[in-house]
Amino acid sequence: MLGIALGIGVLAVLVSALLGPKKASRAKLMAYESGNDPEHGGVGTGQRFPVHFYLVAMLFIVFDIETAFFFPLAVAYQKLVPFAFWEALTFVGLLLVGYYYILKKGVLEWT
Amino acid sequence: MPDWLAALLITLLKGVLVALALLTTFAYMTLIERRLLARMQIRLGPNRVGPLGLLQPLADAIKSIFKEDLRVTMADKLVYTMAPIVAIGMALTAFGGIPAGPPGSLFGENPWVYQLDAGILALLAITSMGVYGIFLGGWASGSKYPLLGSLRSSAQMISYELGMGLSILGLLMLVGSTAFVNIVEWQAQNGWMVLFQSLGFALFLVSSFAEVNRTPFDLPEAEQELVAGYLTEYSAIKWALFQMAEYVNMITASAIMATLFFGGYRGPVFLEGLVPGISSWPIVWLVLKIAFFLFLFIWVRGTLPRFRYDQLMRFGWKLLLPLALANTMLTAAYLAFARGAGLWPLALLSLLGLLALLALSDRVRVLWNQPTGRGAADDSFPARPLGGD
Repeated sequence: MLGIALGIGVLAVLVSALLGPKKASRAKLMAYESGNDPEHGGVGTGQRFPVHFYLVAMLFIVFDIETAFFFPLAVAYQKLVPFAFWEALTFVGLLLVGYYYILKKGVLEWT
Repeated sequence: MPDWLAALLITLLKGVLVALALLTTFAYMTLIERRLLARMQIRLGPNRVGPLGLLQPLADAIKSIFKEDLRVTMADKLVYTMAPIVAIGMALTAFGGIPAGPPGSLFGENPWVYQLDAGILALLAITSMGVYGIFLGGWASGSKYPLLGSLRSSAQMISYELGMGLSILGLLMLVGSTAFVNIVEWQAQNGWMVLFQSLGFALFLVSSFAEVNRTPFDLPEAEQELVAGYLTEYSAIKWALFQMAEYVNMITASAIMATLFFGGYRGPVFLEGLVPGISSWPIVWLVLKIAFFLFLFIWVRGTLPRFRYDQLMRFGWKLLLPLALANTMLTAAYLAFARGAGLWPLALLSLLGLLALLALSDRVRVLWNQPTGRGAADDSFPARPLGGD
């Protein structure tokens, strides 16, 4: 399925590259910056972005792993009650401590 | 012909069928969306190419193939070309895991391309690979608007993925399996999951809208702020591939919601009295349910305005995430201590939770409209645009 799906993508790009017109000009090939000449642009030339996004990505990894831990517990849950409930409660409790910390730290604020 | 070769050929055939069906649906989805939106805004929409504009998708496809395929000088050649391919590849792949009927119902074959025991988990994994397409595309353009757009977009998608994953935990606890077929069969016995997990469904629905970047969460394409987000430097077929990926993701999200919460490929049982066997017709029911959700996507687009970015992040992290956890723990507590009472009290409980949330929505809205924590006191800087409630 993945092969077919990627194949369709590659095929479409190739066909278009063969069939489309090619009349490039300097203005056409400039990065779009509302009509100004682009400054400091380009891959690998230190494109800068707010570090906040990085924080969100790290938080995502933490929480996503916790979610991933939850999946096996959820699947086996009905066989493990009521012990599993206390276990889950402890887990969520610990999760909430960390959550409260990042909340108070202001990581989730965007200005 | 050896068995493995036959199996391989059949799987290939099914894969091609699914891919073609998805692409056709995408093509006509664009037309239907434009027509419906036009109707909602009291105008006509595309109606010139063919009767009722039915050939419009074809014209669009031909146009996007014959357009000039530009690549700006500052772009990273390889990654810039790969990004749309990755996006569409992951989008198309995801749909193959969804069952369109019970095992063996497609001329003796199984009506799905691949089936994993991890079912929904694997599907979530594949769909979240779609972030790579968007992020790499924006980064490789070597331009500022696309970079910002792709950053926003990936931050949004990963944030709502958490809510999405957590909101189905209650469902998994009830079913005790992640395979789609088991989930559907459980619903065939006990009733649609949306009854017992109405709160979970509401959360999942909202996260799905955010995951596929649709209004009111279409921040990556917030044209007033970001030109066209990660798509700014893309043209011709590569742009079309990104667009295609978005719509295919929408179809997949609809199919997931239909399968998880609305009985999947099983039809409603009360129709059995009219036409015997109607509820086990394969494919028909799944297609109907997908069509309903696709209509919902368009309807919402015609109705709701876009979120502001800080609202979006607060909404995801401060409302969706805790609520999804609460829903999980509610279900867990019920299953642990009141399982003997049957499932209907849980349905009532879940519905009450959802209603309470809607009734309190004016109070809850504060959560994503007003900053808390460090930035709260800092009102001197006019960071918030006017009229942004």
